[in-house]
Amino acid sequence: MSFEKLVFYTFAAILVYAATRVITVRNPVHAALHLVLAFFTCAGLWLLLEAEFLAITLVLVYVGAVMVLFLFVVMMLDINLVSLKAGFVRYLPVGLSVAALMLIEMILVLRSKGFDAASMPQPVRHAADYSNTRELGSVLYTDYVYPFEIAAVILVVAIIAAIALTLRKRGESKMQNPAEQVKVRREDRVRLVKMKAETRPAAESED
Amino acid sequence: MEESGIIDWIITGSVILAKILVIVGPLMLGVAYLTFAERKIIGYMQMRIGPNRVGPRGWLQPIADALKLLMKEVIVPTRSNHYLFVLAPTLTIAPALAAWAVIPFDADTVLADVDASLLYILALTSVGVYGVIIAGWASNSKYAFISTMRSAAQIVSYEIAMGFALVGVLMAAGSINLGEIVEAQRGSLLHWYWLPLLPLFVIYFISGVAETNRAPFDVAEGESEIVAGFHVEYSGMAFAVFFLAEYANMILIAFLAALLFLGGWLSPFEGIPVLAPMFNWVPGMVWLLLKAGLFLFFYLWFRATFPRYRYDQIMRLGWKVFIPLTIVWLVIEGAAVVGGLGPWFD
Repeated sequence: MSFEKLVFYTFAAILVYAATRVITVRNPVHAALHLVLAFFTCAGLWLLLEAEFLAITLVLVYVGAVMVLFLFVVMMLDINLVSLKAGFVRYLPVGLSVAALMLIEMILVLRSKGFDAASMPQPVRHAADYSNTRELGSVLYTDYVYPFEIAAVILVVAIIAAIALTLRKRGESKMQNPAEQVKVRREDRVRLVKMKAETRPAAESED
Repeated sequence: MEESGIIDWIITGSVILAKILVIVGPLMLGVAYLTFAERKIIGYMQMRIGPNRVGPRGWLQPIADALKLLMKEVIVPTRSNHYLFVLAPTLTIAPALAAWAVIPFDADTVLADVDASLLYILALTSVGVYGVIIAGWASNSKYAFISTMRSAAQIVSYEIAMGFALVGVLMAAGSINLGEIVEAQRGSLLHWYWLPLLPLFVIYFISGVAETNRAPFDVAEGESEIVAGFHVEYSGMAFAVFFLAEYANMILIAFLAALLFLGGWLSPFEGIPVLAPMFNWVPGMVWLLLKAGLFLFFYLWFRATFPRYRYDQIMRLGWKVFIPLTIVWLVIEGAAVVGGLGPWFD
């Protein structure tokens, strides 16, 4: 067995294990962490395909940003495991039918013409100076420039929509405006008064 | 055939292991003496002497500190999540050390000459936040959890500004390989990217300070409000590992700033008629170490000088000042690259 195969099977085993744990583990924080592990090992597998740009981006975007926010939300939920399990039997038929539907879809896709081993060309080995990043960039910005730009616009719209939906003024908010605070001058807060030194009246100084 | 294959593996593996030791050993020593330098330099800045009891002029102080931490008991809180509690320090130190694999110390002195090394570093530094999050959550302590939320929000926010600053560097160099980025700055002191990318340079370093949770952005461990941050519940070596990771990350940011903006191992006297040949004998690594040392000094200087930022001020600086500024500068830089503005972008 070559070293590459060993690495592949190790990573694949970890990936399958982590993915299974995501849906079987009780604690949602543990589930999220297993998903992180799944992403990480998946990136390792992509590296074997010489797709280093995609692999590193997967770690950067999904592990480094998306899952951090996800984990945040999950950690702050106060989840009662008992009530979580209570509806299990009731929702089982719905869950099973959705799972069956997805399974059928997957089988249909995987058994279609384009997916059998014969129609997949053997991946070409590239020399050490081959840059996956450069190739990807040149394809994205020449052949697929319009779809790429449209995807970017859709993402911007989604960002603005998300902000617009959640942005609201709350009455009880004690928010401060740092710009105003920075602009404060000494004259606004302290008034220096020039005056002559006062002497104690003669009558009081007696006692 | 199989036999020689296994022997080859062992040889390659042990060579790589030796290289890792050559990098990590000095790094750990650097961390130890960075803490010493911190205490001494801040001491002198505040008209104190700093540690001067252990060894000649206090030089053995970090060794004594390390020994003390080794001897202490690692206490695991009863109501904590034990597995994650122990896992968290590992998750913090692993990315902090793994990032060093692609750092070039000289023209050919690099452990792994990865093509996308800049991206790799960006990805690994973003993974480091998990250690902080898990430590805070697994401790089952309110102080630790508040610190975790602060620190994670801060790291995620400043990562964007930092990423944009790095985009500026790779636009200028036309490469995401750290070695090639340094070579693209060859010429003279004025060819280095600190000059054409000055706003990005400043933003990168300040974001780096924020990313490593150092003063003045150390709300994550604001000791006057939340004791000591996400590692309150940790003791002994478990605490020391967090400490090591924080300082290893500081040194990493300093090295990156030196590599990306100050010409890495290139001599600052390049292109100057008389001085350049005079300093030819100095190995490139010395220049790199000096430049990184400069940034580390800035770190300590900041800590001695600035009061701590308020949390909302940190967020405002990151989102409303740095990110728009980097985007504007990227547009300007794009125009300069298209226009072939010399001597940097031709």
